[in-house]
Amino acid sequence: MSSKTITAEEPVQFYDLDEHAHPEGHSTMLGFWIYLMSDCLIFAILFACFGVLGANYAAGPAPKDLFDLKLIALNTAMLLFSSITYGFAVLQMQMGKVRGTQLWLAVTGLFGLGFLGIELYEFYHLIEIGATPQRSAFLSSFFTLVGTHGLHVTFGVIWLVVLMIQLGKHGLIAANKRRVMCLSMFWHFLDVIWIGVFTIVYLMGVLR
Amino acid sequence: MPVLGALPLLAGCDLVVLDPAGDVARQQGDLIVISTVLMLLIIVPVMALTIFFAWRYRAANKEATYKPDWDHSTQLELVIWSAPLLIIICLGALTWVATHLLDPYRPLARTGPGQTIAADVQPLEVNVVALDWKWLFIYPEQGVATVNELAVPVNRPLRFRISSASVMNSFYVPALAGQIYAMPGMETKLHGVFDRTGTYQGFSANYSGAGFSNMRFKVKSLPAGEFDTWVAEAKASAGGDLDRMAYLKLEKPSEKEPVRRFAAVDPQLFDAVVNMCVEPGKMCMHDMMSIDTKGGAGIAGIGNVRAIAYDKYAARGSADMAKWSIRYVAALCSSPVMSNDRPDAKRVNPAPLKGEGLPYPNQAPARTALNAITPRPMS
Amino acid sequence: MTPHPAPEAGPFLGKLSFDALPFHEPILIVTFAVVVLGAIGVVGAITKFRLWGYLWNDWFTTVDHKRIGIMYMILGLIMFLRGFADAIMMRLQQVWAFNGSEGYLNAHHYDQIFTAHGVIMIFFVAMPFITGLMNYIVPLQIGARDVSFPFLNNFSFWMTAAGAALTMISLFVGEYAQTGWLAYPPLSGIAYSPSVGVDYYIWGLQIAGVGTTLSGINLIVTILKLRAPGMGLMKMPVFTWTSLCSNILIVASFPILTATLTLLALDRYVGTNFFTNDFGGSPMMYVNLIWIWGHPEVYILILPLFGVFSEVTSTFSGKKLFGYTSMVYATVCITILSYLVWLHHFFTMGSGASVNSFFGITTMVISIPTGAKLFNWLFTMYRGRIRFELPMMWTIAFMLTFVVGGMTGVLLAVPPADFVLHNSLFLIAHFHNVIIGGVLFGLFAAINYWWPKAFGFKLDVFWGKISFWCWVVGFWLAFMPLYVLGLMGVTRRMRVFDDPSLQIWFAIAALGALVIAAGIGAMLVQFAVSIWKRKELIDESGDPWNGRTLEWATSSPPPDYNFAFTPVIHDLDAWYDMKKRNHDRPVAGFRDIHMPSNTGTGIILSGFCLVMGFALVWHIWWLAALSFAAAIFGAIWHTFNYKRDFHIPAATVIEVESARTRQLAAGA
Repeated sequence: MSSKTITAEEPVQFYDLDEHAHPEGHSTMLGFWIYLMSDCLIFAILFACFGVLGANYAAGPAPKDLFDLKLIALNTAMLLFSSITYGFAVLQMQMGKVRGTQLWLAVTGLFGLGFLGIELYEFYHLIEIGATPQRSAFLSSFFTLVGTHGLHVTFGVIWLVVLMIQLGKHGLIAANKRRVMCLSMFWHFLDVIWIGVFTIVYLMGVLR
Repeated sequence: MPVLGALPLLAGCDLVVLDPAGDVARQQGDLIVISTVLMLLIIVPVMALTIFFAWRYRAANKEATYKPDWDHSTQLELVIWSAPLLIIICLGALTWVATHLLDPYRPLARTGPGQTIAADVQPLEVNVVALDWKWLFIYPEQGVATVNELAVPVNRPLRFRISSASVMNSFYVPALAGQIYAMPGMETKLHGVFDRTGTYQGFSANYSGAGFSNMRFKVKSLPAGEFDTWVAEAKASAGGDLDRMAYLKLEKPSEKEPVRRFAAVDPQLFDAVVNMCVEPGKMCMHDMMSIDTKGGAGIAGIGNVRAIAYDKYAARGSADMAKWSIRYVAALCSSPVMSNDRPDAKRVNPAPLKGEGLPYPNQAPARTALNAITPRPMS
Repeated sequence: MTPHPAPEAGPFLGKLSFDALPFHEPILIVTFAVVVLGAIGVVGAITKFRLWGYLWNDWFTTVDHKRIGIMYMILGLIMFLRGFADAIMMRLQQVWAFNGSEGYLNAHHYDQIFTAHGVIMIFFVAMPFITGLMNYIVPLQIGARDVSFPFLNNFSFWMTAAGAALTMISLFVGEYAQTGWLAYPPLSGIAYSPSVGVDYYIWGLQIAGVGTTLSGINLIVTILKLRAPGMGLMKMPVFTWTSLCSNILIVASFPILTATLTLLALDRYVGTNFFTNDFGGSPMMYVNLIWIWGHPEVYILILPLFGVFSEVTSTFSGKKLFGYTSMVYATVCITILSYLVWLHHFFTMGSGASVNSFFGITTMVISIPTGAKLFNWLFTMYRGRIRFELPMMWTIAFMLTFVVGGMTGVLLAVPPADFVLHNSLFLIAHFHNVIIGGVLFGLFAAINYWWPKAFGFKLDVFWGKISFWCWVVGFWLAFMPLYVLGLMGVTRRMRVFDDPSLQIWFAIAALGALVIAAGIGAMLVQFAVSIWKRKELIDESGDPWNGRTLEWATSSPPPDYNFAFTPVIHDLDAWYDMKKRNHDRPVAGFRDIHMPSNTGTGIILSGFCLVMGFALVWHIWWLAALSFAAAIFGAIWHTFNYKRDFHIPAATVIEVESARTRQLAAGA
């Protein structure tokens, strides 16, 4: 692989003398996207574990004994709505409205909290009847997969709060806009993961 | 190179992998030699060229051609990629065939080159259990068992069913055949045959804890008559019966166990080991799996868990661990383990091991139809 | 065997008690005394010469990729000495424990040593070395001023260092895992390893793993986004290419390790049943998962060094690299194929013949692009003018050593052959053959090659050659006997032996290890002598080897901003092209340069993580919760700092560049 030869007469520039600094944070989105993919891999492993161990009930309860699909449907709706409201927040941000952005972020956070509340209620209920993560490999992988997702949502909510404060302090400066977009990717990513959880763990579990 | 200097030493040592005493291991050893030769076809020229180019094109040699901008040649690139490719195609074909022919799960078709096995010859079955840290060999046909000693007749195909009581080990007799892992709750298989008599080494080839180094046993390849004598001796030995109680005692961790022989053995013991239900009242894996395929035992099955009432783990220092890891799922209505054509086990008195009368852990058992059934001893 | 009875967990100190200190192990007491004395010496010297401020301001809190790179290399070197001490102890034990002798190490100690040796050499030696190398060189090679996320880079380093520190703490407080370096369950489960050893293993690797993953993301983005104008993907130096592939592998495999170890931790801490025998768990799943990470890890380690060999061969042969395109494709092929071979680590687990042969053959296929690379280096030497400087000597030694390791590797990929060689000393010899012959020799080539760039003076050749010959001879002496022992049916991780005919081979291997020790000693002397004689060995030009890539275009060591003006690339060998066409180094028109500011957040957050890891190991729940909360709040606090950069004023740039102009004029 040789380069094309440039004749000596041609004026060749070897240094960028009139350089403009890279806009700050211009590669943050790519970096964050790659981080999300690595996180996705963690979920992939947890899904794989559920796939392998999900039917090992150890002569204990199976999904159909444990899951209340109506509750889970409500939960799923919470998270899906939160994605929509996050979308509204981004729209507000693009219109340059700080208050509106904060408001929709707050609504998103409330939906997130609702989701977490229902999930915690479900876990509490399961543990109370003795269907603990220790009871079988199925329950271990169930609690771990769903719990890891829940933990992500928890951190997402914390991030939401922090971001709302930062928006209040500095307004819609470039750094904050970038953070809103990163959290947006994170939040939608969790939504996508949840769709996988809902389908594979709950729906297919109950059908099994 | 130092390796060449060491060659004379090699003559004096026993390269058992390349010169084994069984047909399977011999084919595996031959495969090593063939593959090595095949690869040397490309390795030797590369090494020679490296040295030659390094010497020929040294900076001091001004006579050698110097082409600083030469960086591409399509023909050469083709050779570069295709030469290794060709070798790998040959080696790949060899691998595919050999892997299938020498699959440890495959019953033997011959005891040596040109010596096919007649259809009516049954292999000698030996059940192998890796314990902490010793080996248990059960001879179902002969009804005897040994610890740390494997005796087999020469020229008779051998079929090993292998499992482990606690952690992963690897059953390996280099003179006989390649190794295969011994894993708890699972059964692996290995086929092999000796074509020479003699005493050989066997050991665990997968690290399994403190006593691992001493998990060694002697393998005796005996003429048919001597094997029968050996069996008769074992039957007459004072080692007693290897029933479940004896097994549970044997199972506890110990090191450097002397050779031991048992005159009789519970015919269902090995299946119970594989199904991890030697302990009375513990649900067998196959029962658990059949319940699970039918959709589990429901909410009622949750409480069907017992604490282990004896100190299997004591020697690992984990006797007073959190309770969860020393629990088991109690048997419901246990079906007999799959023992094919063998007679049922002798009934044993499991009372001392069963932990009868012990309090239920943490909470009173919820009254459900399922756990109202008293766990029964395996029979 | 000395099982430590699990002490009652107290509310304040958890499982930690006075008994955790190894007063019963004389070897550890002596080591501890030496380490403490050494530490007192170092701390005393730093205090005496008032270096704390300098260290804190210019090193610990730095976001400069060059300084972080050097810190990674120092971490790797320190841990290498620890890992090598383990190796010597193992060799000594194995040559000693014959004829009924138990040797000098009991099982409890010996089993920790081989586990620690493996873990440390892979995670805390090889990984910091290659990460440090990539950190230092990649931004320079692509003409960038720093990595994309400089703070993250600092944080990644300190997380790696915290993981290493936690692993080192296990030497003196409690114990390390006795499971082998991959900690297969059920052995690593709570039932069979109830003490804290495996917990040290888990948290040490988890903390370091966060650093590794983040550093991988950072370097990928750096390479994709910060290349100098004109540098298309196919004009990237080969080292940058192999680094890119290596980092892609890191990002696509370390999360697997993180997830797998998390599941193991849950099994141990919460009592879940992922990898247990009972309750439906599957230990085999762990073995699969860990190797789905583990095999790409091998290529993570070797790929950057393949890049090093390419740069070195081309530079010292005074020639363009032969077959750049096929080199790049070979690297990409290896990257992809490395995910399709993991099962070859456990053919003996009882998979069917078709599965085994599939994975055997995919493994062999990897040798095709690897072979192509080797030929490319060969034909780069062909019709060159080869200067046998130290980096080139290491490269030749690599080529001769690595082919043997490659051959035995392909041999082990034939499943029936693996059945007789698996877990044997033949396997040990094989992977040391590729890791020492490939990764370490490559690192030594890289250190000798780029040292002048980093410090402004070359390394001493005399001691370098002594080190080289000791290493090469020592390597063959130490590992050829292991090949033979493997063929004699000797398995790995054995502590005592009963066949006296084996002893001579272990003796040769031990001798080899001692020769390697001499090589390491000579290398340390080489560093010391070179620092001592730095005036004589000085490199004024910034381009001591007549290099070809951009890192040689700047001064040695490079200024903080690397390049006063970003270079524009017209050719693959950008710097060679610039020299050939008599470029003019700009001497006027300098502007302010925008740079990231230093921050102490990285080291502080990692400190919290280290405390958290320690607390988790010993079940000190309040401390774990507290340090976790501190780390989270620290991270949030950091996000409230919006002023993370500054400008190097043009005046400073002019000053630095004028000094450089004078230096170049003096050199010419």
